[in-house]
Parts: sequence; C-alpha cells; structure tokens
Amino acid sequence: MRVTFTVNGREEVVDGVWEGESLLYVLRERVGLPGSKNACEQGECGSCTVYLDGSPVCACLVAAGQAEGRRVRTIEGLAAGDRLDPVQEAFAACGAVQCGFCTPGLIVQAHDLLERVPEPSDAEIREALAGNLCRCTGYEKILDAVRLAAARKAEERRSG
Amino acid sequence: MDFLRPATWQEALSARADRPGAAPVQGGTDVMVEINFDVRRPEALLDLTRVPELGRWEIVDGVYRIGANVTYARVITELGGALPGLAQAARTVGSPQIRNRGTVGGNLGAASPAGDSHPPLLAAGAVVEAESRDGGVRLIPAEEFYLGVKRSALRPDELIRAIRVRPAPGPQYFSKVGTRNAMVIAVCSFAIALDPAARRAGTGIGSAAPTPRRALEAEEFLAAELDWDAPLPPALARRFGELCARAADPIDDVRGTAAYRRHAVAVLARRTLGWAWDDHLGRRAA
Ligand SMILES: Cc1cc2nc3c(=O)[nH]c(=O)nc-3n(C[C@H](O)[C@H](O)[C@H](O)COP(=O)(O)OP(=O)(O)OC[C@H]3O[C@@H](n4cnc5c(N)ncnc54)[C@H](O)[C@@H]3O)c2cc1C
Ligand code: FES
Ligand code: FES
Repeated sequence: MRVTFTVNGREEVVDGVWEGESLLYVLRERVGLPGSKNACEQGECGSCTVYLDGSPVCACLVAAGQAEGRRVRTIEGLAAGDRLDPVQEAFAACGAVQCGFCTPGLIVQAHDLLERVPEPSDAEIREALAGNLCRCTGYEKILDAVRLAAARKAEERRSG
Repeated sequence: MDFLRPATWQEALSARADRPGAAPVQGGTDVMVEINFDVRRPEALLDLTRVPELGRWEIVDGVYRIGANVTYARVITELGGALPGLAQAARTVGSPQIRNRGTVGGNLGAASPAGDSHPPLLAAGAVVEAESRDGGVRLIPAEEFYLGVKRSALRPDELIRAIRVRPAPGPQYFSKVGTRNAMVIAVCSFAIALDPAARRAGTGIGSAAPTPRRALEAEEFLAAELDWDAPLPPALARRFGELCARAADPIDDVRGTAAYRRHAVAVLARRTLGWAWDDHLGRRAA
C-alpha cells in the first residue's frame, strides 16, 4: 500500500508498504532515516521514540497505515540546520552517550519533557524517561544531560 | 493483509461485520507487539484511530462516556478529577510513550486479567458500550464483560464504542504490586470506590484470577458492618482484606506465586480502604 505522511516537515510518499509494517520500519528502511533505533519491537526500550502529531510514541507500535496524513518528527528533525538542539548538545557534553543505541529515543523523549516542563524536577525527569532503557551509562549522565539542557534552554529564553 | 481505514463509526461497524478476520487496532500497544513477533497474522488491520467519536469523551445525563480510543495520557490529564481510580490506574500503565497511545478501549479489547483499567472499572460499576451494525448497541456491565483469560463478552461483529462510568461519588483508590515503579505488568492489583450516599464500597481485583473480578463477599461485609460516621476499626479493615484475598483465585507464574498474590491482595485491599476512609472522614469534617 501507499502511505503519505509528513516527516520532519517534508511530505513523504512511500509505496510498497506491507500492511502489518510498523512506522519504525518505514522510517528506517523506506524513508532512509535510521536515527530511530530498533532494539526490541515491543515498546519496552523506547529507542524508537518519535513524535507523532506532537506526542512521543514508540514508532515500533504504530502501524504504518496509521501514520497516513499525520506529522512525524524524528531525531533527525530536532537540529536547526547545522545547529544541534540543546538536548543533543547536552547529551554529548555530559558523556551521556556510550554505545549510543538508546540515545535518539532518549533525546526525543527528553526534548518533549522540556517542551512541556521547562524546569523539571529530578522526579519528573525520571518519570519522563521511565520507558527508555540504557544498558551502558547507568543513567546518571543522562540525568545530568537533561538538567544541563534545561539550564541551557532557560538561558536561551532569557537572552531571547 | 489489508489495511482498513474507516473514517466514520458506521463504516467501522460495517467493516467489522463484513470482515470478521480483521483485527481492530487503536494504540497498537498490544496488537503491534503480536504482529512484530509474528504471534498473530490477522487477514486485515481495522484502524479505528480515524473515527472521531472514539477519540472523544462527553458527559451524558451525568455519566461519563469515554470513547474507546481516548488514551491513558488523556484519562490522566482530562478525567483525573471525575474518575480518580481510573486515572490512578492509567498512571501506572507502561511508560509515557505507551500512555500516549494505549487506550482503555484497547485494554478491554485485550481483556488480559492483568490489565490495569479493569479493577477501577469494576469498582466504579462501569458499563462497556458495544455496538454492531446488525445488532445495535449493547450495554455490558464491566462485571459481565470478562469471561476468561483474554476472553470477553464482546461478540465477533461488535466493536467497543465507549466506556460509561459515573463521576466518583466518593474517594477512589487503585494500587498495584510490581517489581518497579514503571513498565510493569501487575503481579496483582486492587481498586476500591466508595459511595458514601449509598453506603457501599465497590471493589476490583486484578491479575489474581483468570479474569478481573469483584470481591462480592467483601463488599457485602462492608455494607453490613461499616459505620460511615466513625473511624475505621483496624480489625474490620483486616477482615475486609482477608475477604478480598478469598475472592481471588491466583496462579503461580513468573511474576509471582499464588500464595504471594493472595497475601498481597489482602494488603492492597486493607490499605486502599484505609486511604479512602481517611479521605471520606476528611471530606465530612471539611
Ligand atoms: C511496553 C508495554 C507496557 C505495557 N504496560 C501495561 C501496563 O502497565 N498495564 C496494562 O494494563 N497494559 C499494559 N500494556 C498493554 C497495553 O498497552 C494495554 O492493554 C493497552 O490498554 C492497549 O490499548 P491499545 O489502544 O494500544 O490497544 P490495541 O493494541 O490497539 O488493541 C488491543 C486489543 O483490543 C482490540 N481492540 C482495540 N480497539 C477496539 C475496539 N474499539 N473495539 C473492540 N476491540 C478493540 C484489538 O483488536 C486488540 O485485540 C503494555 C504494553 C506495552 C507494549
Ligand atoms: S524498539 Fe520500539 S520500544 Fe524498543
Ligand atoms: S549508551 Fe548504550 S544503551 Fe545507552
């Protein structure tokens, strides 16, 4: 079947999609956006997290046909041109990336948190990231990165 | 495989009637796992996420009518005041990403004994609104909905249109045992809903029997023994917990033993009753 949807602001028309396929598969294998990772295909790890009409979801659990006419934003769509989003910068700066497999999903999820809650408490950060598994970092550096990103975004807002 | 994409409720009901082999899909948090792992290969997917009514809730004659495709995230933010028991259960489901997609309607469709929506729906006396093209609307009380492990009273040509539930007439609590605070399927769970005007308490037990179920004997015990104007006697709360444990019929599995589950149901029942009672007396004093 054909699926037409918007990815990172661009309309994509994808043909030959199998009806049982996930949005994650379409993004990675048919649209050429391998940033969202496939680590479990069962909603447990969060490494495939993308925005669907503005809400972060597990792309592995969205049927491709359900994305018809919808807006998707992936990790590839967070940077403004050459400029990384502050959440991306903070993950790199804090050593929150080791093997990097969990990173795209964590960054999208953290990005959404900071859009909704600009100055989250540690409890709010933990709650927001509860569906994202990382097997390398032990999470402390990830918490550091989200705190740093929140501070940098606050600074950006102040300096306008 | 086909992908069916009805835009209206009537189209959805027709598709359901004409294509009994099609699997309805909303959030996909159950269905897509099965497809990804090849556990299930339905002849078609019947996508209900484009049917506007299913994504809305409304109040009809004082009763909340929650469309089947309303997500957990929205139950929490939009319905937490009126339906605190259901919202508490929704908060414990999966992760934020799962709650942004998963729905109470899908939880009912899956009819897992461990589904977190079921205990609060049972405790509050909710009704499932099912509909088919040829049979019309059928209102199924939650306690008659669950028939067995992953089996419900829904007929093959029916879809769930909505869940109907009264706004909480009194305090409600939900509590769940699991190995961590997020992303856990319940080892067991319990919900209580007080109705001070009727002097009754509703109950719902999850993940401790082949189906979610009420603890009827425990409810009758409270109706007979409770003094609604007095503090809760500890012995009475303990007895209530024991009767709830007796209503359970758990099994040993990877998540816990039957004996542990029975014990935990008693503890959850006693504690949730205590919390609800504190609120009840607090509201009266205020
Ligand atoms: C990582 C993860 C964690 C989870 N954690 C929990 C948890 O903590 N607690 C819990 O209870 N569940 C949990 N679940 C299971 C799942 O999220 C819930 O059962 C959820 O409520 C399903 O809703 P859905 O809209 O995604 O359903 P779907 O997957 O779309 O559908 C579920 C079932 O209902 C049927 N169906 C859907 N809509 C209708 C309708 N309108 N009429 C008739 N049938 C219909 C489908 O055919 C299917 O059989 C988890 C799942 C995942 C992947
Ligand atoms: S790949 Fe989607 S949650 Fe793990
Ligand atoms: S950095 Fe390796 S899984 Fe997180």
